[in-house]
Amino acid sequence: MSADKLIRMANQIAAFFATQPGEDAAQSVASHINDNWAPPMRGALLDQIAQGAAGLQPLVIAAAPAIRKPKPPLPQA
Amino acid sequence: MKDFIIPIKDMGTPARVGAPVTLTVDGFSVTVPAGTSVMRAAAEAGISVPKLCASDMLEPIGSCRLCLVEIEGMRGTPASCTTPVTPGMVVHTQTAQLKDLRRGVMELYISDHPLDCLTCAANGDCELQDMAGAVGLRDVRYAPGANHFEQRGPEGKNPAWLPKDESNPYFTYDPAKCIVCMRCVRACEEVQGTFALTIDGRSFDSRVSTGTDSFLNSDCVSCGACVQACPTATLIENSVIEIGTPERSIITTCAYCGVGCNFEAQMRGDELVRMVPWKEGKANHGHSCVKGRFAWGYAQHQDRILEAMVRDAITDPWRVVTYDEAISFAADRLRALQAQHGVDSIGVITSSRCTNEETFLVQKLARAVFGNNNTDTCARVCHSPTGYGLKQTFGTSAGTQDFDSVDHTDVAVVIGANPTDAHPVFASRLRKRLREGAKLIVIDPRRIDLLETPHIGQAWHLGLRPGTNVAVLTALAHVIVTEGLYDEAFIRARCDWDEFTDYMAFAADPAHSPEATEALTTVPAETLRTAARVFAGGGNGAIYYGLGVTEHSQGSTTVMAIANLAMMTGNIGRPGVGVNPLRGQNNVQGSCDMGSFPHELPGYRHVSDDTARGIFEAAWGVALSQEPGLRINNMLDAAVGGQFRGLYIQGEDILQSDPDTRHVAAGLAAMDCVIVQDLFLNETAAYAHVFLPGSTFLEKDGTFTNAERRINPVRRVMAPKNGYADWELTQLLANAMGANWTYTHPSEVMAEIAATTPGFANVTYQMLDERGSVQWPCNDAAPDGSPIMHVDGFVRGKGRFMRTDYIATDERTGPRFPLLLTTGRILTQYNVGAQTRRTENSAWHPEDLLEIHPHDAEVRGINDGDWVRLASRAGDTSLRANVTERVAPGVVYTTFHHPTTQANVVTTDNSDWATNCPEYKVTAVQVAPSNGPSDWQNDYAARVLAARRILPAAE
Ligand code: SF4
Ligand code: SF4
Ligand code: SF4
Ligand code: FES
Repeated sequence: MSADKLIRMANQIAAFFATQPGEDAAQSVASHINDNWAPPMRGALLDQIAQGAAGLQPLVIAAAPAIRKPKPPLPQA
Repeated sequence: MKDFIIPIKDMGTPARVGAPVTLTVDGFSVTVPAGTSVMRAAAEAGISVPKLCASDMLEPIGSCRLCLVEIEGMRGTPASCTTPVTPGMVVHTQTAQLKDLRRGVMELYISDHPLDCLTCAANGDCELQDMAGAVGLRDVRYAPGANHFEQRGPEGKNPAWLPKDESNPYFTYDPAKCIVCMRCVRACEEVQGTFALTIDGRSFDSRVSTGTDSFLNSDCVSCGACVQACPTATLIENSVIEIGTPERSIITTCAYCGVGCNFEAQMRGDELVRMVPWKEGKANHGHSCVKGRFAWGYAQHQDRILEAMVRDAITDPWRVVTYDEAISFAADRLRALQAQHGVDSIGVITSSRCTNEETFLVQKLARAVFGNNNTDTCARVCHSPTGYGLKQTFGTSAGTQDFDSVDHTDVAVVIGANPTDAHPVFASRLRKRLREGAKLIVIDPRRIDLLETPHIGQAWHLGLRPGTNVAVLTALAHVIVTEGLYDEAFIRARCDWDEFTDYMAFAADPAHSPEATEALTTVPAETLRTAARVFAGGGNGAIYYGLGVTEHSQGSTTVMAIANLAMMTGNIGRPGVGVNPLRGQNNVQGSCDMGSFPHELPGYRHVSDDTARGIFEAAWGVALSQEPGLRINNMLDAAVGGQFRGLYIQGEDILQSDPDTRHVAAGLAAMDCVIVQDLFLNETAAYAHVFLPGSTFLEKDGTFTNAERRINPVRRVMAPKNGYADWELTQLLANAMGANWTYTHPSEVMAEIAATTPGFANVTYQMLDERGSVQWPCNDAAPDGSPIMHVDGFVRGKGRFMRTDYIATDERTGPRFPLLLTTGRILTQYNVGAQTRRTENSAWHPEDLLEIHPHDAEVRGINDGDWVRLASRAGDTSLRANVTERVAPGVVYTTFHHPTTQANVVTTDNSDWATNCPEYKVTAVQVAPSNGPSDWQNDYAARVLAARRILPAAE
């Protein structure tokens, strides 16, 4: 998955939650990503953050600890 | 109605609401609401008074004088269709005097009518014939004289004779047979609201006129209401002329748009003769548009592929194979991909065209058989922000009203929707309400046709710059809160007051005032203030919106802003109000309900919800993944990256319908197994390895759910030409991959849906047969279904206000791309046009055009009809220009119905922040004169031809 796109998507999510009241904007960003992003996408985003988070909004970086790390997938059904 | 062959009782005049009135008709006592006509009262008592100009779809005009009755104590013989009942009235419908009078009337009619009944297309289905019989007409005493039906008279050519008008591809107007009853004129006005027909001339010279030389060149939109209303063969379907009269009918549901009109499929044997909108249909009440009524010929089109095909590589020609071979080819490849690249390397796309049952099975295939949640649907590219935005604010992802609600609306706000083209039958109903005095506020970059409604009252057009919906809606909220126009009692009772006060403070910020945002949105502040006052203070306010709301980078935020406006004005929970997403395709609502999205199980329950997952794990006997799967665009991204390798696509043409065509093509081309199940070799099929022939809505049983959450039955009227309904092929594929599905009929799938999904708990096919349709939620709490939602409280408890800050899209105009492109649709074509292009509907829309303002055209040296090149940072295409003031300077507009146009080559990969719904409605572009199709279009045409080669079948 292209890193640029993930970064753009994450920043867009952060931009929305940054406008919302309450202290937990980072948690909201993390929940939104946890609820909607498939594990490989979350993994790729976390990789980006680990690699220095270039181009990512501070709110995305603040959300990182609450973004669920991908688990290995279920065994073949 | 022409109801002789297949009787549908016509009560003569429309139903009324009123206090009960009791009267006597021919000795029978009958009680009807005040305001009812004597004719209808008689019909209620089981007595049909002869009539020609009256119909229960139309207001009576009392012109034919056939329906005369005698009323005790009243002088003369009043027309029963225009005489209202009074208490104690004593009516006689059959007396010596009346019999004489009626015969006299019929004699006059017949004296100017050709007596060629045996060869007339309406033979056996003609009210004039019926009435001649009913009144006992036995001879016509008038000597032949001036008439309309003889082409030549004693003195040569008869000047009163006019030739047939066969310009419309679906119906014929034969003036020789017209009895000037005005039913067609009234149908066009009252039912359709187009006012295309008038009566020209007086007495003998009276003629039905379109005001132009032909139906095709007139304002007529070919809805067919006049054809349905005509009592004679004057206006008649060409299919009846060709085939003959039908002999039975089956009730089913239109497969085009989200209005979900019910139809009688009128048959002779297994041949479909005509589609007639069903009067009992709750969404359409006997009306339809050109698509549903007439554009079903694609089902028999020669382009339909009726055999399964496979190929090893997309550069190979197709090989026709047996279903067994195609299914095992697909199953083996998919399993091999999972073995090599992981469980998550394959997925499905469900269809918003197919039935609920079919969609349910496709997502079940992904979740239960593939073992992942990689399922998505084309609702992603249209209404996914509706799902998200309404779930956040109201607690459920659905429109709040039924269509009947519009009859109680005082102020209609239409945002980013073009109902006269995209939801025609709803538009007709809205127009009717506008003629009755309801006010209209349109928020759209383009001057839509609704604003041109004949006899409309007050209307405002907020012609905003594309991409600034949130700024405009927040400015409306600004006016409402700062001028104290909000409904405090409602908010306190129904919403979270603290969240409202936060929103109030937010909206009241002067930065959100109409004056401050005018420069950005181009909406004059005073107009916007007036609109806010009208909406907040004008009685029942209803918001209707379409893809012009959702297909933006702030689509979800816009939906929240709409919900905020409805809540703060108390416009939720009763008839006439509400938030009404106008869904594009016939089953967009259903495909979302059925769990097509990668993060939601059927019924909008998140895949991480253990209880919900437990229900399905128990029902299906497998463990389910709790991780959200990939969305369409993420699947394509992952395909380009090599992690995603196989896709089963049912009834969607993602290559044509999804944005940034080149990216979609690259994603598809990178996969090892693309399975396309469709009626035709669509554009996506150029990249497929397996083709499974789909079936049409005429060939299978199931249900569609329309925009008002109405579950409508779809019934098989003919055997599937390809041998299988779509759900059967999904089952074959699932079983070839090791599942053990044993469905023998879609009703069994519905039983599984009902057992697992609370909103559908009480839905059964038997119930649909009995009631015609039902609106979900339909369960023990709402056994009769739910026409209106959030009546006593929001689904989520308290309604939630959310801040709606305007955030500019990344897609901005600049020197290279100075214009904004926005896209839309047109009445006669449907979406990517795979069906409608294969019907006579192309008479109206043979190609896509680029609308451009005269000013923008002039500075570029572009004339109306010129070829122009339309370029964005994603790509370019060529099409012809239509120079018009419908679009504002700086904005251009096109439709995307034709594959050669490839409008989505130009759209970008920008998307809604919450749902990744693509930003179709805003693309920065440049327009320049050109000589014809672009290189990409030419290449593409060649590639598609190559990709469609089919090897002759092996001996
Ligand atoms: S087809 Fe519809 S629009 Fe056309 S004349 Fe008849 S009623 Fe009017
Ligand atoms: S065309 Fe048909 S409906 Fe219209 S006036 Fe003539 S007979 Fe009546
Ligand atoms: S396309 Fe829509 S409005 Fe037209 S007949 Fe079908 S459901 Fe009704
Ligand atoms: S039906 Fe009453 S006047 Fe024609």
